Amino acid sequence: MIERIHNQKAWFMVLPVILLVAFNAVIPLMTVVNYSVQETFGNNVFFWEGLKWYEQVLHSERFHASMTRQIIFTSIILLIEIPLGIAIALTMPRKGLGATLCLVLMSLPLLIPWNVVGAMWNIFALPEIGFLGHVVNSMGIDYNFTQQPISAWVTIIAMDVWHWTSLVVLLSYAGLSAIPEAFYHAAQIDTATKWQIFRYIQLPKMKHVLTIAILLRFMDSFMIYTEPFVLTGGGPGNSTTFLSIDLVKIALGQFDLGPAAAMSLIYFLIVLLLCWVFYTLMMRNEAR
Amino acid sequence: MKRITWLVPTLYIIFLMLPIYWLINMSFKTTNEILGTFSLWPHNFTLDNYIKIFTDRTWYQGYINSICYVVLNTLISVTAALPAAYAFSRYKFLGDKHLFFWLLTNRMAPPAVFALPFFQLYSASGLFDTYLAVALAHCLFNIPLAVWILEGFMSGVPRELDETAYVDGYSFWRFFIKIFLPSIAAGIGVAAFFCFMFSWVELLLAKTLTSVEAKPIAATMTRTASTAGYELGLLSAAGTLTIIPGAFVIYFVRNYIAKGFALGRV
Repeated sequence: MIERIHNQKAWFMVLPVILLVAFNAVIPLMTVVNYSVQETFGNNVFFWEGLKWYEQVLHSERFHASMTRQIIFTSIILLIEIPLGIAIALTMPRKGLGATLCLVLMSLPLLIPWNVVGAMWNIFALPEIGFLGHVVNSMGIDYNFTQQPISAWVTIIAMDVWHWTSLVVLLSYAGLSAIPEAFYHAAQIDTATKWQIFRYIQLPKMKHVLTIAILLRFMDSFMIYTEPFVLTGGGPGNSTTFLSIDLVKIALGQFDLGPAAAMSLIYFLIVLLLCWVFYTLMMRNEAR
Repeated sequence: MKRITWLVPTLYIIFLMLPIYWLINMSFKTTNEILGTFSLWPHNFTLDNYIKIFTDRTWYQGYINSICYVVLNTLISVTAALPAAYAFSRYKFLGDKHLFFWLLTNRMAPPAVFALPFFQLYSASGLFDTYLAVALAHCLFNIPLAVWILEGFMSGVPRELDETAYVDGYSFWRFFIKIFLPSIAAGIGVAAFFCFMFSWVELLLAKTLTSVEAKPIAATMTRTASTAGYELGLLSAAGTLTIIPGAFVIYFVRNYIAKGFALGRV
């Protein structure tokens, strides 16, 4: 960290960014706030409703259900992707052609448009004609993600692991390659075991990048929309209707602007709160 | 022991490549073969799906549209983020920490929350269905990210560089463009890569803000999936083609990927 000097004129350098982001963030956010406290019957006629929509959303079974599904989904993928990502980063080649090849191939899923990821997994997992569906079915396991909730969940989780584990790998790899050789030499002299090297050298050095990884994976998995929408459309039934999918159904499908807006804000505040906790912890680490 | 360590990344890469292989495999099959038999490689090899995409304007225009707004967004995001990141890395000013966090909150906003108000905002400002609309909308999450990445890289450049330049009589902007920017060229490349990536993969906002003229390829694909029934071969070919720009961009930044994903803060 370099020493920063006081200079209020720096505001002018930040101004373009503030204007661009404010145009995109503040105006739409105010629109949402506006809708969330009013009732409309079309024709731009609005009635003040106060906190009615918030109460309705917070007490609705439907919101609780999609929130529960969202939390379960996010927990599962974090529990799989973070350890798996670390394991792959630890075992992949550290330098040379092998490392470059691994990095390039592993980044590939990150650059595929999200709806293509959904479509790809749809084609891949179709029973009978998809590779995954065909292989699993021929092993005698009953699997059909368009009809069984459990199959749908397994497919979505597999898809997310496929899509995003590489992000954790790349971050961990960056953290690992920043460790000086001298650390390992010292460990060798002390005859440290593999586990001790991991626990006392590698893990502390990866702490910072892992915080970023968890933060990004938490945020993005909490907002997941396109991939499950294309893959299962939230079904079968409502079994894979996560928060974003539910929100879009209410806002653009049923056009219930009030409840949708209230739900948006509650949703946004939850993400914000959790990210603020992460961010504060991260900054505290950095200051230390 | 050596053999086991190779096994984990190898298995993982095979797992990554399988669905991609399946997509490419499907794209060279005829509809009859896809629906009729299960085959690991195309028996009746056909290029019809690709020919259709390259000759039908509604298809190839989608790619042109996507690339146009992605490039426009990358230019806007990086250009605006450069001075801002410099300010955050070099100066203390009133509310700097809060401002930085506020910027990041926009990276955290679920696009689903913004879909409807964005539609209204861009319709009202007459930008609906233009490249600029999507490019500006994607600034919502790309500018904070670009500022975050660039700030990390800029903090790695020692202050002495700035001070030496001032002593040598450089004005601020001349120093910034002639000396400072070249010294963080890798960081700019990485930031541009990320802007490209997130703008390229996003669909919800891009689809909401366009109807005909600026419609992205991803939206063209969803339409095919829903209305024309099961044209799996065509869908696979279109999907395969969307992987190419990403692979191309990765190749250029291959040596900086790892550091870039750590946002320049390893």
